Amino acid sequence: MTLDTTVSSAPAVAAPSRSRHGGPWLAFLGRRILRSVVAMWVIVTAAFLVLRAAGGDPVRAALGATADETVVQARREQLGLDKPLLHQYVDYVLGLLRGDLGASLITGREVTELVAQRLPATLELAALSFVVILLIAVPLGLFIAILTQGGRRRGVEVAFTGVTSFVAAIPEYLLGVILIIVFGITAHVLPVAGRGGPESYILPVAALSIAASASIARIARIEALATLGDDYIRTARSKRLPAAMVYFKHALPNMLTATLTIGGTMLGTMVASGVLVEQVFNWPGLGTAFVGAITAKDYGIVQGLALVYAAIILSINLIVDIVLSLLDRRTTLMETS
Amino acid sequence: MTRRRRRLPVQPMAVITAIMLAVLVFFAIFAPLWWGEQAVEANPDAIALPPSAEHVLGTDNLGRDILIRTLVATRLSLVMALAATALGATAGLIIGALPAVLGPRAQRAFSNVIATWLAFPVLLVAMLTVILLGPGSVTAVLALALTMTPSFARLAQTLSARVAGSEYLAAARMLGVSRGRQFTRYILPNIAEPVVVNVTTSIGGGLLALSSLSFLGIGVQPPEFDWGRMLSEGFAQVYVSPVAAIGPGVAVVFAGLAFSMLGESLAGHLRRRTGRTVRPHRRLGAAPRTLVPAEPAASAPPLLDVQGLCISFPGEDGWIRTVQDVSFRVARGELVGVVGESGSGKTVTMMSIAQLPPAGAVVTAERLTFDGDEFAGLEPGRAGRILGTRIGVVFQDSLTALNPALRVGGQLAEVPRVHGGASRAQAHAAAVEALQRVDIPDAERRAGQFPHEFSGGMRQRTLIAMSQIGSPALIIADEPTTALDVTVQRRVLQLLRRQCEDNGSAALVVSHDIAVLGELCRRILVMYAGRIVEDVDATLLASPERLAHPYTRALAASLPDLDTDRSQPLATIPGEPPDLSVTQLGCGFAARCAFATDRCRTEAPALRAHAHGGRVACWHPQDGVPVPLTTRAEAVS
Repeated sequence: MTLDTTVSSAPAVAAPSRSRHGGPWLAFLGRRILRSVVAMWVIVTAAFLVLRAAGGDPVRAALGATADETVVQARREQLGLDKPLLHQYVDYVLGLLRGDLGASLITGREVTELVAQRLPATLELAALSFVVILLIAVPLGLFIAILTQGGRRRGVEVAFTGVTSFVAAIPEYLLGVILIIVFGITAHVLPVAGRGGPESYILPVAALSIAASASIARIARIEALATLGDDYIRTARSKRLPAAMVYFKHALPNMLTATLTIGGTMLGTMVASGVLVEQVFNWPGLGTAFVGAITAKDYGIVQGLALVYAAIILSINLIVDIVLSLLDRRTTLMETS
Repeated sequence: MTRRRRRLPVQPMAVITAIMLAVLVFFAIFAPLWWGEQAVEANPDAIALPPSAEHVLGTDNLGRDILIRTLVATRLSLVMALAATALGATAGLIIGALPAVLGPRAQRAFSNVIATWLAFPVLLVAMLTVILLGPGSVTAVLALALTMTPSFARLAQTLSARVAGSEYLAAARMLGVSRGRQFTRYILPNIAEPVVVNVTTSIGGGLLALSSLSFLGIGVQPPEFDWGRMLSEGFAQVYVSPVAAIGPGVAVVFAGLAFSMLGESLAGHLRRRTGRTVRPHRRLGAAPRTLVPAEPAASAPPLLDVQGLCISFPGEDGWIRTVQDVSFRVARGELVGVVGESGSGKTVTMMSIAQLPPAGAVVTAERLTFDGDEFAGLEPGRAGRILGTRIGVVFQDSLTALNPALRVGGQLAEVPRVHGGASRAQAHAAAVEALQRVDIPDAERRAGQFPHEFSGGMRQRTLIAMSQIGSPALIIADEPTTALDVTVQRRVLQLLRRQCEDNGSAALVVSHDIAVLGELCRRILVMYAGRIVEDVDATLLASPERLAHPYTRALAASLPDLDTDRSQPLATIPGEPPDLSVTQLGCGFAARCAFATDRCRTEAPALRAHAHGGRVACWHPQDGVPVPLTTRAEAVS
């Protein structure tokens, strides 16, 4: 659990309850897209204000007290900060629509250039961790559910719950530090900083996925228990199918909707949690650039990157919601017929 | 068997949680008092020392003892997490629950605000807040509270919407109770419990989140320090002294765990109060077995021979004896009905014979022979493998019994594919043919559809086709017609009979409808409170005075026929079945029986051969006595 614990309840709740015909579903789609647009607009406005309202004169703050006044004035004009606020706001929004994310207050470097250079590293880390989490958590949850079905093997259940709550209570950045100490400093077996060959991905991905796997495995177990208790599993058993076929062919697809709900929200969370892990492993992604810009008070970059993060997370959540509502159509149909 | 053990007054997890919280509170209060100055005072003689007896966790780069700093930081770390959660929960509660008293329009507006707010990426909200207001502990708390608010609001909204629709709030509204009072008196108390659980869990999450902010350098600023700040300082010298990160790291995990365990204990407490708990098997002793000696095996073995079948479930105060001493035989090709009210144990008996006992059930039998194999004492998985497809099952609810995620044809084709070694194409052809045999039109196309695209009657026929596809010697049909309307019911039953006749299969058909079974079967087993009370030829149902057990007679008498006065409500049997978690001394029906004597209440009658050609378990069989007209009259009262 980190900063992102609260976001996980967002998308699933918006799924439509009546979507038998196209009408209500389209209405849902419209509402959902509108909501993302509103959220994005609020973030854009907040990011705009960050540069104008934070700590007096941002250009002076960024360039330092010793910078020459003419240089400061020139940079201010270059960024349009000498114009009236409303004028600046309109310029800013129009610029965004043209794909202009602003520039560094210190170096004048374009944010788009920075994003193009750093985004791949961040997305790689998030996507890899996401895959690792699903590959660990879902089979583990299903396996433990099979073992503990009907209140059997209390010991396994207690051990599983205990271990997963413990692991889930370790924040990603701390896990990163622990992994560095164990594998980098004590054992010298894995690289601890930077992005290079495949082995340099191991520790960052582990730091990002272990705690999340633990909490998702718990949810997956509950989902699996519910699925294994369903009537069609008994039907499958009555056909004396091999156990693997009962679990993987009959139970797993029915855990899919729930898994997708969790997994989708996770993906957005991964991108954000990445900020901390990137920091620990000095990963050349957006996160280190973001934190670096905050510490250097380079609010030009902060503003641009905040928008990029917001856009990524909002679109992931939007896509998950749409996919879920499509899946939901089938289950809704089933319930009403 | 009913010895009760005193339940432990508290759960072990709750005790551990309480100890962990006490430790946290202790250091939060006393550590800054005792070591407050020592924790901030630089000591140039002891910079970045490794662990020693004097400095257990070493010192930081200003020479300050890390253990002492970790303990002192408890206060700030905890206070910040508590403050953020309190702020977020209060704001969330007001935003989420207040609209319930403000009317539907406000509710919709607030709901939209909450949904949009929830869509914000949490980390970004926190970071932008910090940048706008400047870094520091107060900002970090505000930022976190802002990100916690919408999820609390959503929770409060969902919960209070339930209260808002309730009768008593409507009553309060009509009595003119003010909105403020409605909120504090009716809404808040009714949503308090889940909110409290959620708040507790959130404290742990908030603690970790705040430490993350401090770790990034945008939370607590020096000279103040919390665990996150210490971790980031420790991380800076991790290559010099890795141990510097351990103290604050352990503290963060310890505190996070303490609060998440507290949340879980509270939630568990709520669950235990509302739900039923089951005690583990080993504390209950051995599961009960039958005391009735098994009949000797017949010389010409029947298809199915069940002797002394007992099924028990672990309950809160001992074994719940759902089925006791059930013995019966089924010949090849014979159609046998099983009738009884809900809870009489008929379904669980049938599922145990099919080697599909429900989770938690303990099944024992003196003999359970089917088609020449002995199944008593075998573990269900192994028994199922020996059984193969020799027993086909038709389940009760066709909607839930078919897998919603798989195509109908594929579900049918599994048996020939797995057990018959058929190729994919052969199995598909077999599936289509099976659908055709149960009169499903356009079977080829239908096989490619999902269960939800079928009508209820078609699904039920599909289940019959599925039970048949492995050519079983016995079909067990568990209330195959309950969910269907009368015309479809008749069709499904005819189909079941035809299928049995065509393949020479025997069938055990379970129903609570004695009329249905009378038409379909040759013989009826009547179950009551987990026992067979009568085993009788189905033709006798038409003449209730020839039935022996008072319960069967009451069942048959409650059947409406052409003479039934339709203006009167249908006859029912007064009273309730006995509680199976308590050992029954006498006959289970005694409390509801007009003919019960003291013997009935103290001594259970065994199922014995009876003059009517079947078997009955009763001390006072009533056959030969006309069914008194008063039975119906009494029943109506």
